[in-house]
Amino acid sequence: MSALATAAPRRDPAFAARLSWSAGTLLLLWPLLVATEFRPWLLFDPDSLRVSGNFLAGFWPPAHEANFLLLVARETWRTVAMATAGVTLGLLIAAPLALLATGTLSISALGGRMAPLPAALRQLVRALLVLLRSVPELIWALVFVRVVGLGPTSGVLAIGLSYGGMLGKVYAEILESGETQAATALLRNGCGRLQAFCYGLLPASAAELSSYTVYRWECAIRSSVVLGFVGAGGLGQLLDSSVKMFAGAEVATMLLVFVALVALADRASAWLRQALG
Amino acid sequence: MSEPACPPYRLPPPQRQSRRQGWGFAALLLGLVGASLYTLDLRLSEFLSRDAAARMGAFVAEFFPPEHAPAFLHKVLLGAWETLAMSGLGTLLAALAGLTLALPAARLHAHDRARWRGPTRLLLNALRSIPELVWAALLLVSAGLGPFAGTLALALHTSGVLGRLFAEALENAPRGPAEALRVQGVDETRILLYATLPQLLPQLLSYTLYRWENNIRAASVLGVVGAGGLGQLLAFHLGLFHMPRTATILIAMLLLVALVDGLSWLSRRSMTR
Repeated sequence: MSALATAAPRRDPAFAARLSWSAGTLLLLWPLLVATEFRPWLLFDPDSLRVSGNFLAGFWPPAHEANFLLLVARETWRTVAMATAGVTLGLLIAAPLALLATGTLSISALGGRMAPLPAALRQLVRALLVLLRSVPELIWALVFVRVVGLGPTSGVLAIGLSYGGMLGKVYAEILESGETQAATALLRNGCGRLQAFCYGLLPASAAELSSYTVYRWECAIRSSVVLGFVGAGGLGQLLDSSVKMFAGAEVATMLLVFVALVALADRASAWLRQALG
Repeated sequence: MSEPACPPYRLPPPQRQSRRQGWGFAALLLGLVGASLYTLDLRLSEFLSRDAAARMGAFVAEFFPPEHAPAFLHKVLLGAWETLAMSGLGTLLAALAGLTLALPAARLHAHDRARWRGPTRLLLNALRSIPELVWAALLLVSAGLGPFAGTLALALHTSGVLGRLFAEALENAPRGPAEALRVQGVDETRILLYATLPQLLPQLLSYTLYRWENNIRAASVLGVVGAGGLGQLLAFHLGLFHMPRTATILIAMLLLVALVDGLSWLSRRSMTR
């Protein structure tokens, strides 16, 4: 015991390994630095410093003319409205697709194995949901702006499609992972699939489904601001044009409003989810 | 008045009350949705008309066939590599900054006064609540167009997210090893390096990898405001109505995201098995 204690090294025994790992990481990092044109000293270039200094100096005091605040309030509401309408559209897309994709509601699966045709249909619906979900909403918006023109319609469609995919997939997962005995029992006794869903599956997982939807609504508010940057209206579009005009005061006001909006949505969603159980 | 030792038995609230709550909730929801649809001026009828459908069909048809000239594919490959590099470096910077900010934001032991806990958490929340794309748009002013602004934008947003997660992890870490060193009089830096961090490293690493996965997705669209990567290529060619090229870039984006999803699924499965 004492021999062991005296033999304990005074230096870190893993020193060499740590050093070589760090050196190897730095070596691997080099191509990344090149690819991202990582030149932080450019930030401190006198020209760039002057421009950003002027921009930041404009931040205080934030713009607070009545006209501008009114405009910001209107665009903020449009942002919230876009998120809400988008999630509603997403819900309309997601609910039927989720019902189609849920394996628990399969009648042929009651006999052991799902028949090949229903199984293929479920895989197809799942693939559709994955496709809708894996195109980011910003790209959907960029494409829709070309089709329907500038304005909230493209934002609503973009949120609707990508959130439809997300909600549909998660709904199907929630429905399959919940209590399924009741639904199976109903199906075995000759209920229709929709009846089995309404009286067997839905009561058990309604709280989880609605709480996930509320959470997604909160995310949609965040992303509808971002969608404005490609011309889908709302707070983002106003912010984009102010940044392009180097109007620091207006940017400051909008950033504050945006942070407050996100915090408010966060609170509202936490409260709603708690109330829903 | 002090609480009685044994609280009196209370009946659950009458059902009428919860029913009223349910109706109130539904009315609120319907009101919000109705007001949104009413004020937005969506012109959905126009969008659903025959004419619009024809326009939509023509628009989609323009995407085919996707451009596949080797020179352009090379450009797309470079864009994809730039996207990956942006996300990787951004996440790494964010992990370092997040850990630095998480230390003052966490109460490390019972006697820690943690004077900076409030202000640091406020900063982390501010960093976190502004999305990457907004950061990128703001950073374009000082960093100029290109992937550098995108990298910084990813790093800023992610350091807010990771800082908060790291601070929670630090506060919830098992206290035993740290206390053992502390009663021996070891200084706080060494306690952190030899007791707290080794315990938390797997958790911190998994948070960082998870954010990296998210950031690859975010990095591919960041370019839309001019911050480099595949997104910048996409915005450029879509702006010039080069539809076949746009289609190639979209496919590249989807492949990148699918690749990341697949890898993360595989690694998760191999780790949980």
